[in-house]
Amino acid sequence: MTGSIAAIGAGLSAIGAGIGIGLIGGHAVEAIARQPEMYTKIQTTMIIAAALVEGVALFGVVVALMQG
Amino acid sequence: MKFPGIFLLILALFLLLSPKLSASDLEEQESLHSASLEPHPKKEEKVNITKVAFEHILDSHSWHFWGEGHDAVALPLPCIIYSTNKGLQFFSSSVFEHGHAEFNGYKLVEEEIISNDLEEKVYDFSITKNVAQLLLSAVLLFLLFTSIARAYKTTGITNAPKGKQSFFEPLITFVRDDIAKTNIGTKSDRFVPYLLTVFFLILLNNVLGMIPIGANLTGNIAFTLVLSFITLIVTNVNGNKNYWHHIFAPPVPKGLYIMMIPLEIVGIFTKPFALMIRLFANMTAGHIIVISLVGLIFVFNSIWISIVSVPFTLFIDVLECLVALLQAYIFTLLTALFIGTACADHNEDGVHNTDDDKAMEKH
Repeated sequence: MTGSIAAIGAGLSAIGAGIGIGLIGGHAVEAIARQPEMYTKIQTTMIIAAALVEGVALFGVVVALMQG
Repeated sequence: MKFPGIFLLILALFLLLSPKLSASDLEEQESLHSASLEPHPKKEEKVNITKVAFEHILDSHSWHFWGEGHDAVALPLPCIIYSTNKGLQFFSSSVFEHGHAEFNGYKLVEEEIISNDLEEKVYDFSITKNVAQLLLSAVLLFLLFTSIARAYKTTGITNAPKGKQSFFEPLITFVRDDIAKTNIGTKSDRFVPYLLTVFFLILLNNVLGMIPIGANLTGNIAFTLVLSFITLIVTNVNGNKNYWHHIFAPPVPKGLYIMMIPLEIVGIFTKPFALMIRLFANMTAGHIIVISLVGLIFVFNSIWISIVSVPFTLFIDVLECLVALLQAYIFTLLTALFIGTACADHNEDGVHNTDDDKAMEKH
């Protein structure tokens, strides 16, 4: 086995982002199914929230990249 | 019927490129073997892939197109350095011969110009690959948008758009209406030029970075730092009374001020900081994934891996096309959002003014 423990950190941050974006996407689909006329507003909010979650995950990836 | 054609073209491109890459890889491996007697060829190859990946995503003093070693086709770029001993100097980066030669007491070590004299400090202002692409994209955008603006002047805004005008008009109105107006409100017109500039600069450089010979400019942290720094300045210069009120006298019990005010002040900087990291990390990660997938062929040293890795690379490349657009959109959207929160009119309890909301709906 070779490689550094930083790779595990990158994987963990990916798991976190996966859960977060999954929740956001799933709930957005539910919300759109409930109220299709709010589609554009829900989509914008969804993308902003997904971007914020992804940002946190990318902090982890960058730190892992710097260490590894 | 167009898609199979494009697919075949990309496959052909990969097939054309791959023998060259493998040949050079073998050559390098052989030279490594002759140079050092370490019995770990597998490990060396892996290190090699990391090196290749970082060469592709990092800045360089010459614009490398294709080929390795003596067959390399590269455009030498001008070096501009200021040294404490010799002053300002100009020369072409070809004098270093890719780090093999010395020039005038300077040498190129891992893309850094250093002097043989340890006392001498060298400040590097060279036109590197990233700077060259930045200038190129600035010229491209200037020519493109002045010609579009001229088209509106000559044909008028009531006539149907023509040519590239009709391609860019939806994008421009999208930034103006869906990004600026919905997030900033009635005062959005002042910020539309900045938002348009940011959107198209990031979009063009994301797309140029995806072309195999393009520079990874938006995956350079200095570039994203400058963009997010401008956003920081624009946001805080346009912050109104309410914005500063919320930072230095937030609507919480007085006892919490000792915790809230430092948090709010840190918040001013974390928002652009997140912008910087997001764009940088997204683009860099995309490039690393693409190069790693292609690199799998050389790690396993078998052509059969390409059956898996080439379609996967194509998939990631198509995904990166989406990411290129999405990241330009997100950067612009969040910039508009920050500006919007800084200059929005709030009541004492932090609720939007109903008049303001009505004015927004009318728009």
